[in-house]
Amino acid sequence: MNSKELIIEPGRSEKNYWRDLWLYRELFYILSWRDIKVRYKQTVIGAAWSVVRPLLTMIIFTYIFGRVAKLPTEGHAPYAIMVYAAMLPWQFFSSALSEASISLIGNTNLITKIYFPRLIIPASSVIVSLIDFAISFGLMIVLMAWYRFLPSWQIVFLPLFIAMAFLASFGISLYITALNVKYRDFRYIIPFIVQFGLYISPVGFSSSVIPNKWRILYSINPMVGVIDGFRWSLLGEQKMYWPGFFTSLAVILIFCWVGVSYFRKTEKTFADNI
Amino acid sequence: MSYPAIKTENLSKKFVIDHEVQERYLSLRDVIAAKAKRLTGRSKVPKNHKEDFYALSNINFEVNPGDRLGIIGRNGAGKSTLLKILSRITEPTTGRITIRGRVASLLEVGTGFHPELTGRENIFLNGAILGMSRAEIRSKFDEIVDFAEIEKFLDTPVKRYSSGMYVRLAFAVAAHLEPEILVVDEVLAVGDAQFQQKCLGKMQDVSRNDGRTVLFVSHNMGVIAQLCNRAILLNKGIIEASGDVNTVIDQYISGSRDSGENTYRVSETALDSKRNYFNTIYTTDRSGRVTSDFSFDDQVSLKFQFTINEMLPNLNIGIGFQDKLQNRVFTVLKPVSYFKNITGNTFAGTVTLPSSVIAPNSYSFVFVIWAKDVALYDSVENICSVRIHDNGTDLAVYEGFDYGSIIVNPIWRND
Repeated sequence: MNSKELIIEPGRSEKNYWRDLWLYRELFYILSWRDIKVRYKQTVIGAAWSVVRPLLTMIIFTYIFGRVAKLPTEGHAPYAIMVYAAMLPWQFFSSALSEASISLIGNTNLITKIYFPRLIIPASSVIVSLIDFAISFGLMIVLMAWYRFLPSWQIVFLPLFIAMAFLASFGISLYITALNVKYRDFRYIIPFIVQFGLYISPVGFSSSVIPNKWRILYSINPMVGVIDGFRWSLLGEQKMYWPGFFTSLAVILIFCWVGVSYFRKTEKTFADNI
Repeated sequence: MSYPAIKTENLSKKFVIDHEVQERYLSLRDVIAAKAKRLTGRSKVPKNHKEDFYALSNINFEVNPGDRLGIIGRNGAGKSTLLKILSRITEPTTGRITIRGRVASLLEVGTGFHPELTGRENIFLNGAILGMSRAEIRSKFDEIVDFAEIEKFLDTPVKRYSSGMYVRLAFAVAAHLEPEILVVDEVLAVGDAQFQQKCLGKMQDVSRNDGRTVLFVSHNMGVIAQLCNRAILLNKGIIEASGDVNTVIDQYISGSRDSGENTYRVSETALDSKRNYFNTIYTTDRSGRVTSDFSFDDQVSLKFQFTINEMLPNLNIGIGFQDKLQNRVFTVLKPVSYFKNITGNTFAGTVTLPSSVIAPNSYSFVFVIWAKDVALYDSVENICSVRIHDNGTDLAVYEGFDYGSIIVNPIWRND
């Protein structure tokens, strides 16, 4: 009998952890599947809600910002598309952050009764938001077809910016959700940050309105780089402000590092504190 | 020489408990002054007093592959904490555990079940959470549904299930795990007797046929005796006993007795009016120790002393044995002339009940001294209550049910 030996000791950082993540990889999918299935149980139109909601949002936005407000746009892209190109990553980020930051305390029964790498829990929350993002992205394509707008070659970079948005929400929410286990204040701070962030981030306006000397400071908000990137790759003509982009990227990577290490450090005390 | 499946060395788990300091103040002015002092940091009195609580200390034991280890102890002894540490849900404070083999834990029935999802969906969800791959679940799906007997309700949301169905489904999924080490925490307490027997049978199969190691926590000593070959007894976080399962169970039972409390003594006031009466009556076990808790195969002995001031030809001692509802189980008689007097008018005697006959339950006694058709001299009722504990009868899973007061071994034939 040649079974691998497992040693449990206080403070021992397990090299097994990453192997365990691979062993339990199906849980990533299963927990997201569970959350999505449960959403539309006992509804009449069921999964159609996942399309109807972003569709209505898009229609209202287009009408209000495009026709009623008649706000100016950059270049010749229709205003609706300019806003939508920013709404897309922002919705992903804000819903991922909101859900993932309370994902641990929402799964208390799992954490206190069963072992699996706890990293899977916030990760599957972010994956759920990613799926919503994919549906909204499909609607984006419909919107572009409606306006007969052809995206430029820069669209090949879009997956990079999607990955950035994923990392931004994952890194920050890991940190927050681990903190939230012990200090429940964060549950109230997050909705505030998300609301505040909507006005601070260049969603309703373009980041080029920020005066140049402040632009790098402004890019400390990680979503600035992501939204600029989305606009650049989808709309085409706007010049990409690279210093800002790299600032945002650096902030995202720092948060990922902080998030993962704090999460791993406190993971062993989750069951005791939750 | 094979390696142990589980080995713990000097394991302990500490929790820190907060106590709010209760301070007495005479007036509102003092209360305000104290709060203000705390705010400015000038107060020397701590706001909260913290205490270290060791849920487990110095735990050392070994489990060999194929062992079925029972973990027993009173509530709060540390059993669930030990299981949580072995399942890697919480970290030990000191010590070291070496585990060889995959561990699957069943600490709660239906972990991860979502009430909105159907039975079918929950099988996949629960199975994945417990560590089975989707392919594995798919291949065992029919077996699981069969074991749970819920085929008709597979596609209804689990929130509509009765609690029995819920538990059957939850255990069915867990029973089809194939870990090398299975850890089960008191989950068999729910569910009807037929289901419990089924689960026990499955766990026995799993360990005896497949050679898997099982760690089992339960308060039902009969079930522990049936399933396990070794046991450890936890008390307030320390191992009090470990070894062969029957020895450990006996130690647990005799440790939780209230010795001497069921002894009968005649009251002073009664002495004035009675002429023939019982002085003391108490129960002892096979080794002579005074106790009111007995294992099923132990002998219940009653030692009594009585005083006869007025002797008559047909004076008798009568002892009635009754169940907890005061129904008479049996009665025995002996003439007073049988007994020897020890001093003056005081006589002593012992009666020993047959062992392995009285069904596990609570009972009490009735003692009388009387001369038929003449007079009843003394009658003491509901004394010396005893509790017979199951330590391995066939009816162990039915402990708590009323299956009668006597266990018999009749002769069966199947023609």
